[in-house]
Amino acid sequence: MAKVSMTVNGKAASGEVEGRTLLSSFLRDTLRLTGTHVGCDTSQCGACVVHVDGKAVKSCTMLALEAEGAEVATIEGQANADGSLNVIQQAFQDHHGLQCGFCTPGMVMSAAALLKDNPKPSEQEVRDYLEGNLCRCTGYHNIVKAIMAASGQDVSSIAAE
Amino acid sequence: MPKDNGIGASPKRREDVRFLTGAGNYTDDINVNGQAYVHFLRADVAHATINSIDTSAAETMPGVVKIFTGADFAEVGGIPCGWGVTDRHGNPQQEPRHPIIAHDTIRHVGEIVAAVVADTLEQARDAAEAIDLDLSDKPAVVDMTKALADGSPKVHEDLSSNLCYDWVFGNPDDDAVQAAFDSAAHVTTLELVNNRLVANPMEPRVAIGDYSRGTDEYTLHTTSQNPHVIRLLMCAFVLGLPEHKVRVIAPDVGGGFGSKIFHYAEEAFCTFAAKACGRAVKWTSTRAEAFISDAHGRDHVTKIELALDADNNFTALRTNTMANMGAYLSTFSTSVPSYLHGTLMAGNYKTPIVQVNVKTVFTNTVPVDAYRGAGRPEATYQLERVIDKAARELDADPIALRRQNFITEFPYETPVALTYDTGDYVATMDKLEQVADLAGFAARRAESEKNGKLRGFGVNCYIEACGIAPSNIVGMLGARAGLYDAATVRVNATGTISVFVGAHSHGQGHETSFPQVVADMIGIDEGMVDIVHGDTGRVPFGMGTYGSRSIAVCGSAMVRATEKIIAKAKKIAAHLMEASDADIELKDGQFTVAGTDKSVAWGDVCLTAYVPHNYPLEELEPGLEETAFYDPANFTYPAGAYACEVEVDPDTGKVTIERFSAADDFGNIINPMIVDGQVHGGLGQGIGQALLENAAYDEDGQLLSASYMDYAMPRADDVPFYQVDHSCQTPCTHNPLGVKGCGEAGAIGSPPAVVNAVIDALQSGGKNVTHIDMPLSPPRVWAAMNG
Repeated sequence: MAKVSMTVNGKAASGEVEGRTLLSSFLRDTLRLTGTHVGCDTSQCGACVVHVDGKAVKSCTMLALEAEGAEVATIEGQANADGSLNVIQQAFQDHHGLQCGFCTPGMVMSAAALLKDNPKPSEQEVRDYLEGNLCRCTGYHNIVKAIMAASGQDVSSIAAE
Repeated sequence: MPKDNGIGASPKRREDVRFLTGAGNYTDDINVNGQAYVHFLRADVAHATINSIDTSAAETMPGVVKIFTGADFAEVGGIPCGWGVTDRHGNPQQEPRHPIIAHDTIRHVGEIVAAVVADTLEQARDAAEAIDLDLSDKPAVVDMTKALADGSPKVHEDLSSNLCYDWVFGNPDDDAVQAAFDSAAHVTTLELVNNRLVANPMEPRVAIGDYSRGTDEYTLHTTSQNPHVIRLLMCAFVLGLPEHKVRVIAPDVGGGFGSKIFHYAEEAFCTFAAKACGRAVKWTSTRAEAFISDAHGRDHVTKIELALDADNNFTALRTNTMANMGAYLSTFSTSVPSYLHGTLMAGNYKTPIVQVNVKTVFTNTVPVDAYRGAGRPEATYQLERVIDKAARELDADPIALRRQNFITEFPYETPVALTYDTGDYVATMDKLEQVADLAGFAARRAESEKNGKLRGFGVNCYIEACGIAPSNIVGMLGARAGLYDAATVRVNATGTISVFVGAHSHGQGHETSFPQVVADMIGIDEGMVDIVHGDTGRVPFGMGTYGSRSIAVCGSAMVRATEKIIAKAKKIAAHLMEASDADIELKDGQFTVAGTDKSVAWGDVCLTAYVPHNYPLEELEPGLEETAFYDPANFTYPAGAYACEVEVDPDTGKVTIERFSAADDFGNIINPMIVDGQVHGGLGQGIGQALLENAAYDEDGQLLSASYMDYAMPRADDVPFYQVDHSCQTPCTHNPLGVKGCGEAGAIGSPPAVVNAVIDALQSGGKNVTHIDMPLSPPRVWAAMNG
């Protein structure tokens, strides 16, 4: 066992982990931040996406010890300071961009990373970027629409939500 | 004008806030004090005799609490099958024992062979490595034709063969049906495969069993679409426990699509092991386990024949299907290829003679059961493909051929036992042509051709039967459960309402849509109404969510219970206003005496019910809580027409969906936003089936596509924005809301449209391709074009 320390959603966090402990397990089991989900074991589904030092990372594919000293952001830290939904979260609700909610944390974290690098993505750019995030409920329609809306683009001409 | 509240409005989903902020409460998010973890050692061969299992070394490993094998479950029941189908000769289906842990014989890759409970999951996994299995491999049976051949190895030695049942439905008179074909002007025949799929909800299954020695009570947290059904099956058939000592909780569930209906071995195991180990036992499926232990879907091989007269009227339809059951009978497995499939073979058409023949087959593969649509997609696919093929053979327009044969008068009694109460297939097709911009297709095709691509337009219709019922009829057909649902409306003294519903929401948005109905009926703010679901300790009873039944069946129970509430509240209001309860009207949360200006508010009546100082105690009980069970008089029949437009790259065989349009008739609609989302999701899955997904086994029974690196899930760049319309509405005639259900339509209606469109594209390029089996992957399409 080894001690690992990092900053998670702006707060210092530390714990004892095995060398094999994944960042996703550390977040879920040690810190009890269960908003980060694990939907596969091959780094495909993206339900576990968090930000590490500002970059989107699949937390199931990174060891907790590799995040030593890092700034980690998870879905639990995304809302505005007053607790209200941030722009991306609000767009997901406004456009029905989630159903069962299981892939949603990863989708929101991926969307945030996309919009940081590409503030006005085209539909195709959104779809391409989401290649590492699986959703089984929505057929992606309203997820793509929500992300485009969150970027400030007019989505009213896109078919029904 | 769109409404902003009540029935027909689209309020934002209230459940979204917790899901968007990481505050959901999924089963794996739950930990019980002192819990141990189980790791299941699963078979890595498809068929073998278990000579011995030596757990002695594993038992000494660090942290190991207890190791279980099949012998530990020899005294408990097997997992039951919920539907008994009677074959064409009047005999019952062959029904093998379905053990919790394999005993003596392994019958599919993924079957549980041993279970290691340890302090940590890692310790359990490590110890499982030290278990010594002595197996004698047996030949695996994978292909259904070979499984039915004389001399085939048997999946179950104690059964007479690998045939589960040989069933006929519709017109059983072979000679009469053959005569119809003999006298036909044209017969179109098509052989096709409905590819095997894995449901793949994003949340893998989880079970946590707990036992209280002090009260002799069990609690099972599980990822289920129907916790009461799990409790009933597990208590009554598997573990022999009294139901009142068992609480089953299905909290937030991350998608189901059918695969979380069924009672699984892991649920019974964790419940059983919690008592045996003296501590809670938790299991979280990996995705790899999910592929080899969640029930699969589809997997039909069909020959369909359509007879037409000289005027292109359909005169007879005959199908011969083999349907894979896998190694054991999962909960609703036998109903899917029979009563959920054969009954839909008339489709939207007035074909007078229909004969459906189905053989269900045991193989050394994961059990197969309901997956979104469950039998209805298989029916729709073959019917809508053969119609398209017939149109091409007859040089008829595929839309015109369909229109000509539409059922146009309702109620309509089909030759396969259903009575469609209402519908308007002409209207949905008219709407589809408009939504899909059929008129503009020629120009779009020309544009594609300019770019070196082939463009195709494919259309199909569908009908589904939802809210399967009534219970007495389905009981006659072999269902071993009632198919009603229940709701309890509890009005609190302050006028807020908790509605306890038997349906379960795992993406469908019931927490938003159900309160819309109750609030609308009473005329109060939706925020005053919450639903409670997913907990047998809180919800009185219910059959759960599947088959697009939630609003049609459970919603109807909720309406009936709310009607009882209103009737009682009117009596209280009448007392307060010294009027006759027949004169009381309820509107916008105010009770008034007709023709007067007297009124009393909803909240005052509720308070009076609980503080009955001025109250007719001799006539009326205090309190305001009512329960209703609702058993529908008939199925509901959503129907519609779908169109797909594809581009095919002739150099690579790659298919791109350019447009997908859906015109659905769901009857009345509670929340249009949610309904659109349900259709979108179904379309995504249907397109996945048509182009991408395939659960492929090799001949030794190894699942080749057992991870997301091998099983092609649809991704955001595989699908377009969909054009969805549900403005055609013929309300259901027999339930109080006039609703039909919308959950499965997209998955039922989309695969044939995609395949029809690809065939159309290839034909437009001069390729004489009449059929390609799904999934229409680039190699398959390329091979068909160049074959």
